[in-house]
Amino acid sequence: MTDQPRVHDPKVPSSLALGPEIDHEPAGGAHTISRALPGDSSELLYEYGLEIEARSQWGYARKRFFRHRLALASVIVLAGIFGCGILANYIAPYSYKEIPYISIAGTSVIDTSQILAKPSRHHLFGTDSAGRDTFSRTLYGIRTSARVGIFVGLLSTLIGTIIGGLAGFYGGWIDNLLMRMTDLFLTLPLLAVLLTAAKFLNSSTPTTLAVLIACLIWTGIARIVRGVFLSLREKEYVEAARAAGAGDFRIMLRHMVPNSIGPIVVAATLTIGTAISLEATLSFLGFGIRPPTPALGALLDEGQEAGLDKWWLVTYPGLLIVAIILCINFIGDGLRDALDPTQRRVRA
Amino acid sequence: MPEPLLSIRDLVVEFSTEDGIVQAVDGISYDLYPGETLGIVGESGSGKSVSTMSLLGLIPQPPGKVVRGEAFYKGKDILKVSKKELRHIRGNEIALIFQDPMTSLNPVLKIGAQIGEAIKTHHPDEKDDRIKERGIQLLRIVGVPNPDRRYEQYPHEFSGGMRQRAMIAMSIANSPSVLIADEPTTALDVTIQAQILQVLKKAQDETHAATILITHDLGLIAELADRVIVMYAGKIVELGDVHTIFESPRHPYTVGLMDSLPKLNVEEDWLRPIPGQPPSLISRPPGCPFHPRCFLSQGRVRCREEEPPLRPIAGTAHLTACHFAEELEGHTGPLVESVGAGV
Repeated sequence: MTDQPRVHDPKVPSSLALGPEIDHEPAGGAHTISRALPGDSSELLYEYGLEIEARSQWGYARKRFFRHRLALASVIVLAGIFGCGILANYIAPYSYKEIPYISIAGTSVIDTSQILAKPSRHHLFGTDSAGRDTFSRTLYGIRTSARVGIFVGLLSTLIGTIIGGLAGFYGGWIDNLLMRMTDLFLTLPLLAVLLTAAKFLNSSTPTTLAVLIACLIWTGIARIVRGVFLSLREKEYVEAARAAGAGDFRIMLRHMVPNSIGPIVVAATLTIGTAISLEATLSFLGFGIRPPTPALGALLDEGQEAGLDKWWLVTYPGLLIVAIILCINFIGDGLRDALDPTQRRVRA
Repeated sequence: MPEPLLSIRDLVVEFSTEDGIVQAVDGISYDLYPGETLGIVGESGSGKSVSTMSLLGLIPQPPGKVVRGEAFYKGKDILKVSKKELRHIRGNEIALIFQDPMTSLNPVLKIGAQIGEAIKTHHPDEKDDRIKERGIQLLRIVGVPNPDRRYEQYPHEFSGGMRQRAMIAMSIANSPSVLIADEPTTALDVTIQAQILQVLKKAQDETHAATILITHDLGLIAELADRVIVMYAGKIVELGDVHTIFESPRHPYTVGLMDSLPKLNVEEDWLRPIPGQPPSLISRPPGCPFHPRCFLSQGRVRCREEEPPLRPIAGTAHLTACHFAEELEGHTGPLVESVGAGV
């Protein structure tokens, strides 16, 4: 880059960078050809045109996202909530299964004064019917729910992208087959299937539950990806790639997936929200994550069993579920505006 | 004459539509010789693009279908090779330059990545730094200034002319022996068109590739082509070397095309278009496809009933598909030099 120092310095205003000996493209015409043609590289000392600071596509997307205040606030709130969940074993004052014992006359018995205690300095969110600290359990619950949500988001995006991508790329009977299969999954009553399956699986660890949910909610992403691929398939750069000898999978992975990354990321984000609410529903109904592993839905369930006058047991986990899902949806909106400007609802 | 590089014989391509079967290409045959530039001219829908795209299996199938014909490239009929073999030929032995550089580059990949990919597709074992070196060298060949910086840029940072240069760089990346340029300048400004012509010539010199130049721009043909094929309604109506075709056209359609060009040396109020519309390729007129619009035909029965074969004129390499071509004797077209883009 030593041979064109002037043009590359962004600090130099363009009017200065264009010295009198530099003519630019429109005025050049046939005259510039001979100068721009190779062989005489000494002539190639300049770049045509004005200098505009290049901004990458991600740069534009980031700028648009940061302009979306609600989404930005949601990112901060959600990062706070998930951060607390991830760092639960450092932040939580108690373990999630720690039952308070006191020693009376040499035997250790449960400290009944600590059972169903109201929120206080020692127990920020109160305690449950076993005397466990609700604040600690809620933190661990966030961790479980976040883990399920993100895992579902990744897995269902993978399934949906593969199925929708193949359908959109090949079209014809493959499209028909895959999309009718998708329709079939969409007609399944989600909750009924989930409840039955969860019952059959018997042991619901967060991972099995996530796989189960992912296997049922990839349909939305598949439809979106199929639609995008159908239109990308007709793009000339896909034809050009084919003319250059690229195979089907290279075209899909190198050319089509990167061009549909916007809609995919948006859909994946929204799927995380759906997954967290589904997991909460299942756990609330007692088919999801089993005690003692805390999950936000399971905490709600325990809370309502204890009676609604023990308001602290349901209020905090419930508010957190609402906050998480709201944040995710706002982030999804912000991402849509940032990554997929054509779908913007309001012109910014 | 040397051995032809590409021989096309009786190629028929059909598209099935709701209204019936469209014969987009109707039994064309021609040879492409090493190092030459063969221009194919014709109106929109005359089958000029389809006839070449179908060779590489690049027409949508269905509805498109190669019904009949052979295309020998280096002794192999490329219409009958396996998909894998065809993929090896595409971009490696026979490369394409597309019409619209604004849409033919992938917007999310850097120019370098796209050129590199063109190389990597056919040379998967090549080292990355070697590929980059070659990519930058290619950009330099096609006259992109600052190639090492441009290599790392995205298509949106390129102007239309620069993009077309990058497209040409991609197409010559593997030193193909046949280069098909499908209306390479149509989407560009006139000033840039002239530059791209230079680059195309340069690319040809660099690769010694035989070039098929598809265009409806007679100026481009005059400028670049050695031989010309004139297509009408999916058929070749005239074939000959560029000087012969321009200076003594022997098909009324070619004459019409030449006459419809604006002339710089004659003061004219109106252009002279060919009357009528190209025929529907679903229900072709019987006999000569051009007879409803032809000034020679004038209701002659032979034109209506008998399809004229492509025949040599007086034993020369100049072929025409007109019963009454001899009546055009003495008809002179514009000089090639007056039509060319003047580069």
